[in-house]
Amino acid sequence: MIEGIPLHLILVVATVMFFTGIYGFLTRRNLITILMSIELILNSVNINFVAFNRYLYPQHLQGQFFSIFIIAIAACEAAVAIAIIINIYRRFTTINVEDVSEMKY
Amino acid sequence: MNFTYTVLIPLIPLFTFLFLGLASGRIKPQLGGLIGTTGLFISWILSLMTVFKYFSLEKVDGAYQQIIGYNMVWLNFSDKLHIDMGVFIDPISVMMLFVVTTVSFLVHVYSLGYMKGETGFVRFYSFLSLFSFSMLGLVLATNIFQMYMFWELVGVSSFLLIGFYYQKPSAVAASKKAFIVTRFADLGFLIGILLLSFNTGTFDFLELTNPQGAAMQTGSGAWLLGLSTMTWSLIFVFMGGAGKSAMFPLHIWLPDAMEGPTPVSALIHAATMVVAGVYLVARLFPVYALSAPVGLEIVAWVGATSSLFAAIIATTQFDIKRVLAYSTMSQIGYMMVGLGVSGYGGHDGLGYMASMFHLTTHAMFKALLFLGAGSIIHAVHSNVMNEMGGLRKYMPITHITFLIACLTIAGIPGLSGFFSKDEILAAAYHHNKAIFFIQMFVAGLTAFYMFRLYFRVFWNKEPHYHHTPHESPLTMTIPLMMLAFASIFIGYIPFSDYISSDFKPFETHIEGIIAIPSVLVGLIGIAIAWVMYKKDSDLPDRVSHGFRFFHRWAFNKFYIDEVYLFITHKFVFNRISTPIAWFDRHVIDATMDGIGWITVSTSRLIKPLQSGQLQKYGFVFLSGVIIMALVLLYAAFAA
Amino acid sequence: MMLTASQFMFYFFALAIVIFSILTVTSQRILRAATYLLFVLISTAGIYFLLNYQFLAAVQITLYAGGIVVLIIFSILLTSHVGVKFDMVGWKKRLATGIAVAIGAILVITTILQYQFEASTEAARAVEMRWIGLSLLSYEKEGFVLPFEVISILLLASMIGAIIIARKEEKNESNN
Repeated sequence: MIEGIPLHLILVVATVMFFTGIYGFLTRRNLITILMSIELILNSVNINFVAFNRYLYPQHLQGQFFSIFIIAIAACEAAVAIAIIINIYRRFTTINVEDVSEMKY
Repeated sequence: MNFTYTVLIPLIPLFTFLFLGLASGRIKPQLGGLIGTTGLFISWILSLMTVFKYFSLEKVDGAYQQIIGYNMVWLNFSDKLHIDMGVFIDPISVMMLFVVTTVSFLVHVYSLGYMKGETGFVRFYSFLSLFSFSMLGLVLATNIFQMYMFWELVGVSSFLLIGFYYQKPSAVAASKKAFIVTRFADLGFLIGILLLSFNTGTFDFLELTNPQGAAMQTGSGAWLLGLSTMTWSLIFVFMGGAGKSAMFPLHIWLPDAMEGPTPVSALIHAATMVVAGVYLVARLFPVYALSAPVGLEIVAWVGATSSLFAAIIATTQFDIKRVLAYSTMSQIGYMMVGLGVSGYGGHDGLGYMASMFHLTTHAMFKALLFLGAGSIIHAVHSNVMNEMGGLRKYMPITHITFLIACLTIAGIPGLSGFFSKDEILAAAYHHNKAIFFIQMFVAGLTAFYMFRLYFRVFWNKEPHYHHTPHESPLTMTIPLMMLAFASIFIGYIPFSDYISSDFKPFETHIEGIIAIPSVLVGLIGIAIAWVMYKKDSDLPDRVSHGFRFFHRWAFNKFYIDEVYLFITHKFVFNRISTPIAWFDRHVIDATMDGIGWITVSTSRLIKPLQSGQLQKYGFVFLSGVIIMALVLLYAAFAA
Repeated sequence: MMLTASQFMFYFFALAIVIFSILTVTSQRILRAATYLLFVLISTAGIYFLLNYQFLAAVQITLYAGGIVVLIIFSILLTSHVGVKFDMVGWKKRLATGIAVAIGAILVITTILQYQFEASTEAARAVEMRWIGLSLLSYEKEGFVLPFEVISILLLASMIGAIIIARKEEKNESNN
């Protein structure tokens, strides 16, 4: 608990971060920047977990553990996603998401 | 006495069928033939055992017992409705066992020589075994449903064997024709079975034919066109029998069925399968006699018409197998007449006994005739009479046996045909004079066309043979000799001691007033044939020219085939099938096509939504979530 | 109004997070975008510190800042030319997305601000490293051994998957 800072404020910051991430996810064309946007989204969720944990249930630690697990999953996701991106780059020589629409229809 | 072993009689051919069918192409043809023949030999021995064992049984109240040798519930629908499979043993089934296994065994032996070197030799034997199995199952059926099933099975094996030379278009057409015509008749049989069992509440022959049973009392009220349901059901059942037995007007498949190999014609289309119709009527005879005399009357008239009709056509045909086919039809007509003019019980049942007697003797001499014809065809490589003549010098055994068979069928005293035919005529004489005279005339015609065939083939002028005809191998002549022996002596069996409509033996004697004219008529027929065909002359041509109008009709089989073609093509196809096909194509199909078209065009319309652009999807998803959240919040605040 | 040190720190980090997040998604140079992301992540770690979760903050810095961002930078180097400005999507799309996102954000923020959270009165539990390790491996109440094992399997699987996916396809004519 941070003295003088209400829970709402932290949540607002996380919300702004979350929607910024979504904006990036929807407007970026480069696959790597899309991946970065996803990292932003995950991070905002982490902040929420931790803040709830600290402010509402300080006697427990679930929020923290969830954050740890999300970080681990984010690491996995980043590794696999980058592998896929590299493979796509090899095949299409581009990582522009609009050019990679082989799977349509 | 225990008759459980009789279940083996049909099962052995079933096993040989399965074995040969599966092993076909993997074993040597000769070995396959031997296996099939051995299987049938065992069945034959078992059947002979059964004959002796059964007729030496103690009689109960002076009547032979009806024994269920084996029974199992096959389809159990409910306590009242269940279909069984089993073995039913009574005088006629035992008699049929003997006939079927004997002829079948001899045909198996004969085919070893006749079919030698043919492609599909093992297939042929497996089909023969299938046929034997089905026929024996039919004969031993304990209930009418089992009979119906095996009835269809013999139809299938007949179809397979007629179409044995499946490269020949005519054989394929003939097999289809046989199958479709008999199927059509079997439709009647099925309706008959349903009506019959609905009325009596049972499929079982034992209950159905019990003269004191409940079955005789039910369904006697007038129902349709003044006839009772019982009568109608039996008429429908007879329709099935008429189809299988090639009775007029459902006979058209039988002459075409001669496209099959000759041993098949001998076995299926002369001795066994075609008499299934007679056997069916005989099996249900008490029901016919006691609760549907009108049905029996129809049986008699159909039989008489067919026998006359077929005999007339037979006098004009040139293909020897077709002559024999029409002769078969004519003789089966005799058997039907025998049943039709019979009464129930005691001496009234003379026709019934005579019919069964004739069935047995006919099986022997007709199989002999067909196998003899096969032997001739084997030697000459043709089955048209014009390409034969003077064969007695080259084929002595075939000649003698064929002569015996001709004399037998012509009803010459001392040979078996005389006894059985005479008794049918006697029964007809006491029952219906018109039918008696028809049958008497047919007897003369029979003698004439058989000896026309005999003289034409074995005497007359010798045509130019490409290579000299020769006597057939032993595998073919031994069955001929055995059948000739049977044809002569089987008439001396006192048949009335064994087979009668009420299972009680009765006395028969030859009635001079009937026997003498029938023999005379036969001799006249032979004499005419002698004059016309012994030597080559233009007499036959002049005679046929004299009756040219009638001859042309008879030669073209009275245009019955054309009538059928006219009805099916002009009427059924044009008036019924074509509009239905149009409706199917333009209404039903169009509806289905329309549904498909709507689906396709809709999907084409909405396909661009699936652009493959991940961010579009994400945008839509986000907008959707926000809109839903707004709606839910609004609803929450409004509440 | 005087800010306390921790309040000041929080506002500093919050401001950094907001500014650098927006820069991350708007920057036209990809390497800069990655760097801004790094700043966002470090600021987040700072907030964890403020919330007294030192272990989590350390993990955040090592894994995110040290691991993932480096991975991203490597992949950028593999696939793009450094310093290339890349074109943004059309302004219509940006506008539509911006409006949707703004509506969503306003919606969520108003909802958050209207809700009265009931803070717990119980004493906070001290977060010791030893204790975290024990409860990760504990299968009793408040033990996390099952997710821990699942995560370990997931890590293994994604490692293998990443290797398989990224590996160059060997030309193997004999298989065809």
